[in-house]
Order: sequence, then C-alpha cells, then structure tokens
Amino acid sequence: MADAGPRTAVPLTGWGRTAPTPATVVPVRGADDVAAALRAVSPRGVLARGLARSYNDAAQNAGGHVLDMTGADRLLDVDLAGGEVEVEAGISLDRLMDLFVPMGLFVPVTPGTRYVTVGGAIAADIHGKNHHVAGTFCEHVAHLDLLTADGEVRRIGPGADPELFWATAGGMGLTGVILRARVRMTRIESSRLVVDTDRTPDLDSLMALLESTDHRYDYSVAWIDCVARGARMGRSVLTRGRFARRDELSARQQADPLRYAGSITLSAPDLFPPGLLNPATVAAFNELWYRRSPRRRRDQLQGIGAFFHPLDGVGNWNRVYGPRGFVQYQFVVPFGAEETMRRALERISRSGHASFLAVLKRFGAANPGLLSFPAPGWTLALDIPVVRGLAALLDELDELVVGAGGRVYLAKDPRVRPEVFERMYPRLESFRDVRRRVDPTGMFTSDLARRLAL
Amino acid sequence: MIDALGSVGSLLLVGGTSDIAVATARRYLVDRPLRIVVAARETPRRVTVAEELRAAGGQVEVVDFDADDPASPARMLTAATAGGDIDVAVVAFGQLGEADRLRTDSAAAAHLAQVNYVAAVAVGTELAVRMRTQGHGVIVALSSVAGERVRRSNYVYGSTKAGMDGFFSGLGDSLAGTGVSVLVVRPGFVRSKMTEGLPDVPLSTTPEAVAEAIVAGVRGGRHTVWVPGAMRWVMSGLRHTPRAVFRRLPF
Repeated sequence: MADAGPRTAVPLTGWGRTAPTPATVVPVRGADDVAAALRAVSPRGVLARGLARSYNDAAQNAGGHVLDMTGADRLLDVDLAGGEVEVEAGISLDRLMDLFVPMGLFVPVTPGTRYVTVGGAIAADIHGKNHHVAGTFCEHVAHLDLLTADGEVRRIGPGADPELFWATAGGMGLTGVILRARVRMTRIESSRLVVDTDRTPDLDSLMALLESTDHRYDYSVAWIDCVARGARMGRSVLTRGRFARRDELSARQQADPLRYAGSITLSAPDLFPPGLLNPATVAAFNELWYRRSPRRRRDQLQGIGAFFHPLDGVGNWNRVYGPRGFVQYQFVVPFGAEETMRRALERISRSGHASFLAVLKRFGAANPGLLSFPAPGWTLALDIPVVRGLAALLDELDELVVGAGGRVYLAKDPRVRPEVFERMYPRLESFRDVRRRVDPTGMFTSDLARRLAL
Repeated sequence: MIDALGSVGSLLLVGGTSDIAVATARRYLVDRPLRIVVAARETPRRVTVAEELRAAGGQVEVVDFDADDPASPARMLTAATAGGDIDVAVVAFGQLGEADRLRTDSAAAAHLAQVNYVAAVAVGTELAVRMRTQGHGVIVALSSVAGERVRRSNYVYGSTKAGMDGFFSGLGDSLAGTGVSVLVVRPGFVRSKMTEGLPDVPLSTTPEAVAEAIVAGVRGGRHTVWVPGAMRWVMSGLRHTPRAVFRRLPF
C-alpha cells in the first residue's frame, strides 16, 4: 500500500539535470496503489516515472503528482521455452539481465544504459545498437496492461486495440500508467560478444562502410569526433558485434558461458565545476580516444557491460557536466539526406560547443508508433553542456533536420519549439486524438507534454 | 515552461501597453516565437500593441485589465491562464502622477496608491497563487529606484513604488522552494511615454535596456536587477546619506 498522509512536493529533473520543477512523488507498488493515487490527483495531473534516464522533462510534472514506479518491479511469469517474460513496469533492464542472462535470455533492445525500467522503455519506445535488424523495444512487447484515466486496466498489444498500443509505444506516459508488460527476450548462447572495430578517417567513409556491411552485424554503433574539423571531420570509431556462440569462447569461458556480473562500482561525486568540459578538454579526450582505438580489429570478445553500457561503469556520470547540466541532441534524417547530416556535423564542430560523446547509427525500418522516434536513416546523438548561445544553435539544427524530413527524440529533447516539433511528427494529431479518447480531461500530463502541447 | 536552455514559452504582460512591457515582448520575440497575453484596458493602443506583437511573430491573446477595479486582477488572471500555464508574468502597469497636484489632492494621491500599490499587490497575490499551483513561473515586478529612498520631489509616487517593491521582494522570499520566483526590476529614469515631456536626468535609460535586463535577469535566475547596473551603487550611496543632506539634494 502507498503510504498515507500528506506529501510535500520535491524538485525533479531528468538525467540532463536541467529545468527542475516540483511535484508530489507517490511511491506505488502495484495496480491498487496506482488506482488509489489516480483518485487523489489534482487538476495538475499525474505521470508515471521510472528511473528518470530520459534526459529532459519527460518524467516531470510541475505542481502535480508523479508516481514512482520503481517499487513495482516484480517478475510475474516466465516462459523459458518460449523466451518470454511478464514483468511489472518498474523492473529495470539491469535486473532483467541479472536474472535472465544466466538462463540464456537477453533483453530484446537495450539503450546505452541498463538503468531504465520496462515501463520507461515502452513509453520512450527505446532503440539500441540493434535497431537496424531488431527495431525498437515495443516491437518485442507481446502485450501490456495500461491503467487509463477511467480507472480501467486495458490489455493492449499489436493485435488488441493497436491504435492505443501504438499511441502508448513512444507515448511518453501520456495515455495512462503502464502496469505490466510481456516481453519477448532474445536467446543467447553466451554472455560475450564477438566485436569488430574499425577506425574511419571521415564521415563519408564511415557511412559507406555502414551501408555496405551493417547488415552482417546484430549490433552496430559509431563514435564520432565532433571536434575534429576539415578533412578529419567525422572521423570515427565503429564497433559492431553479435553474441558469441558457445564454441567461440575459450575453454575456460565455455565452462560458464553465461557468466554475468554487472553492477556499478564507482559513482561520480557531485563536485564537478561548471565548464570542466570545454572545447580544449573535449578535443584532448577525443584525440586520445581515437588514437587508442585499433585501426581495424576482428573477433574481439567483450562482455555485455563493456559493449553495451560503458558509461554504466560510472554511476551518475551526468555530474561531470557540472551544476548547469547538459542537453542531449539526437536527431534522425532519412537515407538520402546524408548531406544534411554532414552540414549538421559541420555546424556543430564550427560552433565550438564541446560535445563529449557523439554517436552515429544507421536505423532500420520504422514502426507504427505515433510518436516513435526511429525511422529509416541516420541518427546522431550528442551531449552538449548548457552554455550561452546553445538555444539558437539547436534551433538552427532543427530547421536543417526538419527540412530534410527528420526529427528529434522526445526522450532527449528539452527545448525544441512546439511548432517545429509538429512538423517533425506528422502523426501528432492522431496521437492527440487517441489521448482525447482515453483521457478526455487530460489527467496524464508532464512538463514535456505542456511544453510541446502533446 | 521555461525550457532547459532558458527559452520562454508564454509571457503575460500586465499593463501590456506600457513601453517596457512591449519592449520586453519584442526582446523575447527576437529569440523565438512565443505565446503572449496582453492584459490592459480596452484602448486603441492595446489593439496597436497586439497587432505589432503578432507581426513580430507572437501568438497574441488580449485580456481586459483595469487597475482601478478591485475585481479585475482575479478576472484577468482567470482569462490569461485559460490558454495554458504562464511562464513569465511582467507586472508593468503604473502611473507617475503629477507631483504638484499630488501634494494637495488627496483623491489623486489615493488613486495613485490604488494603481501603483494596491492593484499591484492584488495582481502579485493572484499570480503567486496560480504559479504555486502550476509549480513554476517567474513574476517580474517593475519597481523603480524612486522606491529605494523616497525623495521629496515625487514622494507620493516614490512611496507607492517603495510599497510595491517591498511586497514583491517579500513575496519572492516567501516563494522559495515552490518552483516560482520573483524578479524585482529597479530602473532609473526611463525615457518612455510615462515620462514624456520631463527633463532628462543622468543615468536615464530606455525601455529596450530595461527589457534586456529583464530577459537576462529571468535567464540568470536573479532576484533583483538595477537598470542601468550602476544605479545600484548610486542608490546604495543615497540610501546611507544623512537625511539633513538628502532632503537638500536638488531632486
């Protein structure tokens, strides 16, 4: 049962630590708690919040209620033969990996961190290094239970009220509270990946390499040096891999092929001064990273943590951006708009706004999700510390992106203009229609929803 | 919502036809289009201002506001918030009055106090209630250096500004931790339609400079700004000037 009694509002932010707003946080442990919490909400509405790894204001609700879902984390059903698990929405991918990697099952899609909940993964319709072959997380959800504004629990999926399902997939929690989900896991023979690394001198050679050979790999991502200019612009390190078969492991590893240990050991202290990451330090870091990466390496064995979640090794790494926080700008442009990608990259490197990490990936097919982000094309994601002049630069990049038929990612963006966002997501009106149908009074809302009039 | 990079999505101008209010809206529009609610009496000037701000890219709404009417602040804010949250509200209405007449005309003095102080307190209170509920927002109060230490030449006006300055400063402190904040702006002599015909003075400023200071102050999360900045040190000196000297100063 949720604790009774009055609660005070606490300031919340996303992973980027920008624009905090206060909300009344209600811990919930199950459907009954959620239903009780919904009966007590104010006109400012309510929103489910998981591990708050979205970078922006997606999991905030100024002046309203926020349900802390992380206590609703039970495993409900396991079908090892069928490779499916049914879980409560607050369970994390980290926990799913701890539980199921030793049994030969891996999460179907993982982002760059495993500290996200299943509910959050559905709400943001997350993607990972395998998007070009496996699609998004929601494409591996058999069905989910959604508690809607009328107090009903609806079981929805691609075959049951698909309209509501594809509004909920990528719907940022605005259609209701995701209580449970049945997820189709991926079978693995070992907990190691066979990884190939290639260094490419510029953006053109990277894109060419991805176009010709990406289909051979299950997982693929490139790190780009955004600071390098001129002929070296877009120089990158491409890492691609697949899970190893048991017979590819060493004799010692074969004795325990699914061995997995993945918890955080370090935590970054909250002491980093503003401006620590500046063009000089980032350029030095990028130079070092590029030079220590192998020019070409084949069949290296790596663990799950090292390959998928290198930054999870340092808890709260977001603190290195200092108290002003940071923004992650991620966009996708369709195939054929390579020139736009090049111009965007040029604009970023010319601006001198240091980007510590820039990641490029080639997306596969889109799904029917009304606000789902991935679409066939190229996606670039970069972290930028909050500095003066950034708003104008990103507005300019938005125009480039939308002009090429591209868009930005709702789980990351903290600043796109509402009218530009509408041009990026032509199915927004259909999403609004679904919301009007299942939540006519607008009970479910968030700072993100208010900012962009979702 | 004021977003992660400080961009403002909606702006309420109470006393929306004042030169400073209009300059503030124009300054925000330089950065981005935004929703602007102009609260003012129904005058031809209001129509002109609304058209001007629309032409500059604003999504403009107009609501009635009359500082003489005690029921107006609540009604105005109900109308202004019907279309969504207000991120920044600028309390920009006020009158200068005629100092000579105010010395002898008690009705005129009381009326100035009603407009500059009583109505400002009511508007500030209504704004605070609504912004507390929405959990975010910035109230910008146009005070004046005249309220910092009230001078003999315009003591009625100065006293009303001293009162409203005190109110908004205290209101800001009371809102700590709620997500809502108050920015008290203390301009010196502003060359505007309110001061038309008056002789210029040293350290005078413009509505555009005040607008720039408001935008920078909101972005920086400041609680008080002086325009021009040097006014802070001038007034700090005047504040500590002995009365015997102060009352003999030529203003």
